Amino acid sequence: MSEDYTTHEYDVVIIGAGGAGLRAAIEATRAGASVAVICKSMLGKAHTVMAEGGAAAALANKDPRDSWQTHFRDTMKGGKYLNDWRMAEIHAKESPDRIRELEQWGAIFDRTPDGLTNQRNFGGHTYPRLAHIGDATGLELIRTLQERGIHTGMEVFMEYTVRHLFKTDGRLSGCFAYNRVDGSLHVFKAKTTVLATGGITRCWAVCSGSWEYTGEGHALAYWVGAEMGDMEFVQFHPTGMIWPPSVRGILVTEGVRGEGGMLTNSEGERFMFNYVPEMYRDEFADTKDEAMDWVNSIVADETPTARRPPELLTRDVVAKAINSEKEAGRASKHGGAYLNISWRPEEQVKKKLPGMYHQFKELAAVDITKEPMEVGPTAHYVMGGVKVNPITQESTIPGLYAAGEVATGLHGANRLGGNSLSDLLTFGKLAGQYAAEAAAGVEDFADIDAIEIERVVEETLAPLSREGGENPAKVVEDLRNMMQEKVGIIRQGHQLLEALDDLEAFRKREEVTSPGGTRIYNPGWHQALEIGAMIDISKMCALAALAREESRGGHTRLDFPTPNHKHWGKINSVIVLNTAGDMELSHVKYPPITDNLKELLDADDLHEEEE
Amino acid sequence: MTDDVTFRVFRGEPDEEGVPTGEMVDYTVEMDEGMVVLDVIHRIQAEHAPDLSCRWNCKAGKCGSCSAEVNGKSRLMCMTRMEDIMEETPENTPVVVKPMQAFPLTKDLVSDVQWAYDLNKTIPPLKGPDEMDWKFDQIEADRVQEFRSCIECMLCVNTCHVMREHQLFDEFAGPRFFVRLANLEMHPMDEENRLEMIKDDYGIGYCNITRCCTDVCPAGINITDNAIIPLKERLVTEYYDPIAMIAKKIGLR
Repeated sequence: MSEDYTTHEYDVVIIGAGGAGLRAAIEATRAGASVAVICKSMLGKAHTVMAEGGAAAALANKDPRDSWQTHFRDTMKGGKYLNDWRMAEIHAKESPDRIRELEQWGAIFDRTPDGLTNQRNFGGHTYPRLAHIGDATGLELIRTLQERGIHTGMEVFMEYTVRHLFKTDGRLSGCFAYNRVDGSLHVFKAKTTVLATGGITRCWAVCSGSWEYTGEGHALAYWVGAEMGDMEFVQFHPTGMIWPPSVRGILVTEGVRGEGGMLTNSEGERFMFNYVPEMYRDEFADTKDEAMDWVNSIVADETPTARRPPELLTRDVVAKAINSEKEAGRASKHGGAYLNISWRPEEQVKKKLPGMYHQFKELAAVDITKEPMEVGPTAHYVMGGVKVNPITQESTIPGLYAAGEVATGLHGANRLGGNSLSDLLTFGKLAGQYAAEAAAGVEDFADIDAIEIERVVEETLAPLSREGGENPAKVVEDLRNMMQEKVGIIRQGHQLLEALDDLEAFRKREEVTSPGGTRIYNPGWHQALEIGAMIDISKMCALAALAREESRGGHTRLDFPTPNHKHWGKINSVIVLNTAGDMELSHVKYPPITDNLKELLDADDLHEEEE
Repeated sequence: MTDDVTFRVFRGEPDEEGVPTGEMVDYTVEMDEGMVVLDVIHRIQAEHAPDLSCRWNCKAGKCGSCSAEVNGKSRLMCMTRMEDIMEETPENTPVVVKPMQAFPLTKDLVSDVQWAYDLNKTIPPLKGPDEMDWKFDQIEADRVQEFRSCIECMLCVNTCHVMREHQLFDEFAGPRFFVRLANLEMHPMDEENRLEMIKDDYGIGYCNITRCCTDVCPAGINITDNAIIPLKERLVTEYYDPIAMIAKKIGLR
């Protein structure tokens, strides 16, 4: 072995220090496990920090009619019934406690007049359900978990990137990482490992994600043989910033619409009234007056009797509506839609949406208390990911767990806003708990194949010795533009086929990038190492999207524009790396839903007569 | 606006004694409408120097990763518009970008802020009642929520002369952690008392209220007036108020 590496041993290794990773760490240390948390950024900077609107939980503080049953029903309906109903049930039942305990760990959510945690309205949620602090809920979550976590004894390896997972006799035995700061190499032996690496949306040119969202967590699981589900379902959030170009994609919280924000086109029309899908027709206002009644009740802190404004439809619906208005030639000045909250008093806007006020003022020179924002769809979240046991969160590889965005199941074909923060708390906790429990039953650390380590070391250092190749940034830029064009919000069969070909060409380019420089804090080298994961993730998405010949939730096919409830509405895609080294796609069903849960769902939505 | 802009960027690493060693390097790139400083740094990486080190994450002022000194002022690179920078930079003069100077250097624009993580661990956490569903009013929450909006960018620490000139990292907690301590001390449900630590371990007495920290806070926290001064006042009441001292002696308090 020519290169030195350091070996570490921990009962539980957690990859990722966002909400899911930190929540898992808190739980695993509580169970007595020795825990390492490995993260690409510094502690407290993970992607969760960017979440804005809130965390959904049926606390019923704001509207006593709310219950876990309604939350379960809303989640399933929003996911177009491709959710793992078992996870949706656990999530709806347990998320209130996950929010309440945060308060004891230091979180200060906005209050109701009674002094309890306040809750705000969001798309697809029947009642006000999102615990929040202004529009900076993600910061509150991450800081609270960070402050709790640092007193638990967990060890944090900041600015480390995991490159590879090791299996020994079919069971996960550890991982390989490099330190981004000094370029040192590390092998972590672990009895159990939790993936909490977030998402993949950096694969698209217009996205709300940071550089971290290159999908390595998804790729690590795939490479080690885990089953990956629902990879065709990518959420395009309807409201990202679109102007100026340098801020394109940055998130504008759904909270703007929850607080009464209205969407209009270039003709000043509130177009969302024209896009209410059949399944939601009974629940949404069909006149501006009724929508205004609802908003007025919210502003006055009263329980509304009117139906909700159509701006609060689910994200898939609103994003496609904005896209359709653009196609019809009714886009805003810079190609999106107008979102207006300026009709509310200036002080209220600043109190409820301080981040948005600041963001538009600083980055776009727009005062949202006086003029409308311009917004358009931005790649925001992947519903797909590692398939897990709904209770333990263990993947199909023994010893490997997954929680948060990197896992799949809870959200089906479309995630409701606010459900991701409660997702990562609920399932982060379970993953930590069961990973620690399983680790306690493992006696010794497994041996890791030295030849495999040597191979990974070689691959990791290879870009540094290459010369005369492309700047990795250029390859990434081209890849993101290709995905935006061919695997974007609206897809077509022939474009998806082209994308699959293009990706093979990107693989050739990836193999010869030459970033130059040394091992010390070298972003070019880091980026060169990320491209392989981005290519495999993009391929999973294109492959699953090509197979699904219908439109549903976060997956829209121009050549198959309607949902097919009979066939596609009942099956989920699964991708696995087969023994021949190829990406293999199949489709499976979740077990049938129990009768007592089925009763909570809207019978008309289930299309059982078609079976 | 498709003008070129020249950035003069620090490139270097610490030597064996930890002393920053390197040079200022000029890079010229094209500038588009609406760009922020971080966009220009990214363009320099993409076109000239892939190995130019810089930390960033959210690019929206929420994570506090991309702290640096632009034209000598502590700022977040992602929230600093080039339009404003061009206005303040004299014509035909490059824009100067350096890492935070109060902290040890890692490389180029990246500083070593491990100190902050070590110090944070020493602060006793919130201690409130065991029962869930705490009740307190928004007006009580407001005071603490201001402190909760801190993004830990460390620009305040970088600017504070106690840190920057005198390097009292071992004796003084710095503005960021007085905000943290104020958050805990003013939390409506907290039962812990950290006043002695604030006086002795965290050296709040070193702060002479020059307000430099408040001036650079990208989250707009009124650090001096709302966090530091109230903590100093609590200390005075607890330890130096003559009437209270007498009252304590004769058993009235």
